Amino acid sequence: MHPHTAAALGLYACHTCALVSRPQAAEEVAHCPRCGSALHQRKPESISRTWALLITAYILIIPANILPIMETGSLFGSQRDTILSGVIYLWTSGSWALALLVFFASIVVPLAKLVALTYLLHSVQRQSSQNPERRTRLYHLLKFIGRWSMLDIYVVTLLVALVQLQSLATIKAAPGAVAFGAVVVITMFASMTFDPRMIWDSIKEKNDRSSR
Amino acid sequence: MPTSPLIACHDCDLVQQEVPLPVGGVATCVRCGAPLYRSSRFGKSYTLALCFTAAILFVIANLYPIIGIESQGNRHQSTLFGAVQTLWQDDMALMAGLVFVTILLVPAVELALLIWLHLTKHLTSGLAPIALRLIVAMQPWRMVEVFMLGLLVSVVKLSHLAHIVPGIALWCFAALLPLFALLNTAFNPRDLWAAMPLKQ
Ligand SMILES: [Zn+2]
Ligand SMILES: [Zn+2]
Repeated sequence: MHPHTAAALGLYACHTCALVSRPQAAEEVAHCPRCGSALHQRKPESISRTWALLITAYILIIPANILPIMETGSLFGSQRDTILSGVIYLWTSGSWALALLVFFASIVVPLAKLVALTYLLHSVQRQSSQNPERRTRLYHLLKFIGRWSMLDIYVVTLLVALVQLQSLATIKAAPGAVAFGAVVVITMFASMTFDPRMIWDSIKEKNDRSSR
Repeated sequence: MPTSPLIACHDCDLVQQEVPLPVGGVATCVRCGAPLYRSSRFGKSYTLALCFTAAILFVIANLYPIIGIESQGNRHQSTLFGAVQTLWQDDMALMAGLVFVTILLVPAVELALLIWLHLTKHLTSGLAPIALRLIVAMQPWRMVEVFMLGLLVSVVKLSHLAHIVPGIALWCFAALLPLFALLNTAFNPRDLWAAMPLKQ
């Protein structure tokens, strides 16, 4: 570990308000003297918690993509839509830009996020010392794009709320949407429990930008 | 013994000395290059004005229908809360909860707390750090901009089925987008934390 990290110096950096403090020895769990958050040098059980959330998301992403996310019932029968069939519908009806957008937000991003977090966890566990900067940037990218996967949840919500015309059709949300929503929320929690400082814990001082 | 002029990088944990920044400047970590802290270009009254404008638009956005559809003389429209209720009645409680929290509850609580924090002179009271902690924790779950995109996709999908009537709330949500974006840059939690005392 780098000798001038907070952990090496016995200091605690608050995750909420960023205050750096040296906790009193008497305290069992240290609390930030400014905002009162519990202090940890690294997020507690970061690796095992992130793995647990990731594995749950890997399992749920299967029903999320296979099960229908909504059902349209009309005079002409009923139709079930999965995430992919929704994308195809947009594509064939001529809205290519939106089809691509939904494809990325609902199919590419959740899967890419799972794979990337798996890679980050694995690299931390084998104490890789390669490309720490790039891995940190990847982590920030994951945190930034994850929320956009919620797109399809809102689309289903709005369609369900609006298409309630007896003469036309009735749309209902289907179990796939619940699984999909769970995947988005769980992967967001997974990226929050991952501690990017672990990426840097196995980096020797000579690799640092400051001493290059 | 708190040591306030020190800052530890959130990404690589390197402890560094805080330096004063020019207005609008960003300090980056010497080890990993991640942004450490920034100095806001905007003052308290500007942030407060943004919060009030956003709050008013947000209330209107929730009172009026977002969009309506018309087909063969039938008309159906829905407010945001109406949409949540429909999901709830369809036994989709989890989805209803998710939409309610990310589009209604989080922005409402966040705006209310921000206004309170910027109006109150009692940043030294015990409630101020709790309020700010809550704001910081909630921010990833505010998804108004994702909802707007969802609205766009829904309108395109529905336009093949029926005639679309945009509602007042649609324009309010559209106006909330740039407002929340401005608020994200204007609101700098670090300035408020700095005004709060240490307990020891
Ligand atoms: Zn703190
Ligand atoms: Zn750093």
